[in-house]
Amino acid sequence: MARSTLSSRFRRLDIDQYDENRFVEEPEEAAAAEPDASPEVEALLRQYPLGRGSEALRAFHTAIRSSPGNTRNAAMKEQAQGTMLKVLTSFKSSEIEQAVNSLDRNGVDLLMKYIYKGFEKPTENSSAILLQWHEKALAVGGLGSIVRVLTARKTV
Amino acid sequence: MAYHSFLLEPISCHAWNKDRTQIALCPNNHEVHIYRKDGAKWSKIHELKEHNGQVTGIDWAPESNRLVTCGTDRNAYVWTLKGNVWKPTLVILRINRAARCVKWSPKENKFAVGSGSRLISICYFEQENDWWVCKHIKKPIRSTVLSLDWHPNNVLLAAGSCDFKCRIFSAYIKEVEERPSPTPWGSKMPFGELMFESSSSCGWVHSICFSASGSRVAWVSHDSTLCLADAGKKMAVASLCTETLPLLAVTFITENSLVAAGHDCCPMLFTYEESQGALTFGGKLDVPKQSSQRGLTARERFQNLDKKASSDTANATLDTLHKNSISQISVLTGGKDKCSQFCTTGMDGGMSIWDVKVRNPHGPLRLG
Repeated sequence: MARSTLSSRFRRLDIDQYDENRFVEEPEEAAAAEPDASPEVEALLRQYPLGRGSEALRAFHTAIRSSPGNTRNAAMKEQAQGTMLKVLTSFKSSEIEQAVNSLDRNGVDLLMKYIYKGFEKPTENSSAILLQWHEKALAVGGLGSIVRVLTARKTV
Repeated sequence: MAYHSFLLEPISCHAWNKDRTQIALCPNNHEVHIYRKDGAKWSKIHELKEHNGQVTGIDWAPESNRLVTCGTDRNAYVWTLKGNVWKPTLVILRINRAARCVKWSPKENKFAVGSGSRLISICYFEQENDWWVCKHIKKPIRSTVLSLDWHPNNVLLAAGSCDFKCRIFSAYIKEVEERPSPTPWGSKMPFGELMFESSSSCGWVHSICFSASGSRVAWVSHDSTLCLADAGKKMAVASLCTETLPLLAVTFITENSLVAAGHDCCPMLFTYEESQGALTFGGKLDVPKQSSQRGLTARERFQNLDKKASSDTANATLDTLHKNSISQISVLTGGKDKCSQFCTTGMDGGMSIWDVKVRNPHGPLRLG
């Protein structure tokens, strides 16, 4: 065994790429096309300002339920993110807590993923409301839900 | 519970001898130090210097009183006590990356080493050549093997690795043992046979543990989840997404309860409900003494608000016993089915012993 050499820069070639046993990412099977729920969500959202609070909640649940889990289709993901962002920003601050409490553990994890996705592309007013969503989701999901956003291999 | 601070540096790994009077640990360097308990103090009695790289795993065989250590120098050494000196024997593992974890089998006639070469080396002693020989389990491991645990039948081995999966292999060596009888994990067990593979969780599997009977295996992974596979339920996997930071070590303390600890610096209890096949969080086991709430002056409150945007000092200091992540848990007394004491070591250089008090046999466990 060689005694420890101080610098390992004698390696200029990445020999691991020539190893026949190296880890190759498995190609995921294309998921069946999910029915697009955004028209339904939009319709529910349009009714919201008329004062029916439960519509926002239903829009929220529909958006969560129809989120594309397994797809690699970037366009579909973009659309789902856009829809979700619209739903999240249209909530009144006082109703966020009730919405978060109505979710189960997986729903909270999914919500956290969308919140961080929303942070990545901030628009004028989105960050403020997203921070409120984040605070409420953190209270329910704990630090574990944020860790799962960071380690997730299937991004939302 | 008792806490002893050995070092200012992390304790990389530790192992206890049979009667729990001596502890072997690696003080984050190339050596292994053995401490003996003298009343309330710990005194260092041996320093084992043979490795050229950090020692990543230590295991102490209770019956034969041998130590096995493995390190980042791609070597493993088996140490035997001759007189008052520990003598090492080199074991050639035939790996080209660091060794990460090592475990003696229950009958102590072989040991397993997990390494960054994406394989497990099963080493056994060949009498004719007076030499330790190893066999490799390679397929289908795709990344570093971080943790290992043996089934009580001395043949099955559970391995958790960085490719996000937990697997159970057969490590049957025909030279040293008889053919094993069927288990709930399967009946045909040739060397290297994959008996169980979990579906991917999304995190590196830091630690893995068989229950005392061997029909359950639990593992913790880096996405803050704890999972348990029950062979009695056709290998159904129950998983729990915890609200804590990732856990780094897990062990069974009864057939239905687990203790796990990690980056939150305190051990936590989890229970497995067999009928529903569900894991539940049982609470943190490090309940700090209620410290008197010192009143804050207005100036301090304003300073807190300015610096931290919050006026409460609840999270300013860690009030757990360990002041840094706990990296390893070992059962001290009672075995994995009726554990009454377990030990944790962490990155704060401290070792702490915890007592488990069973309030009533069917009720929840409490900790002393």
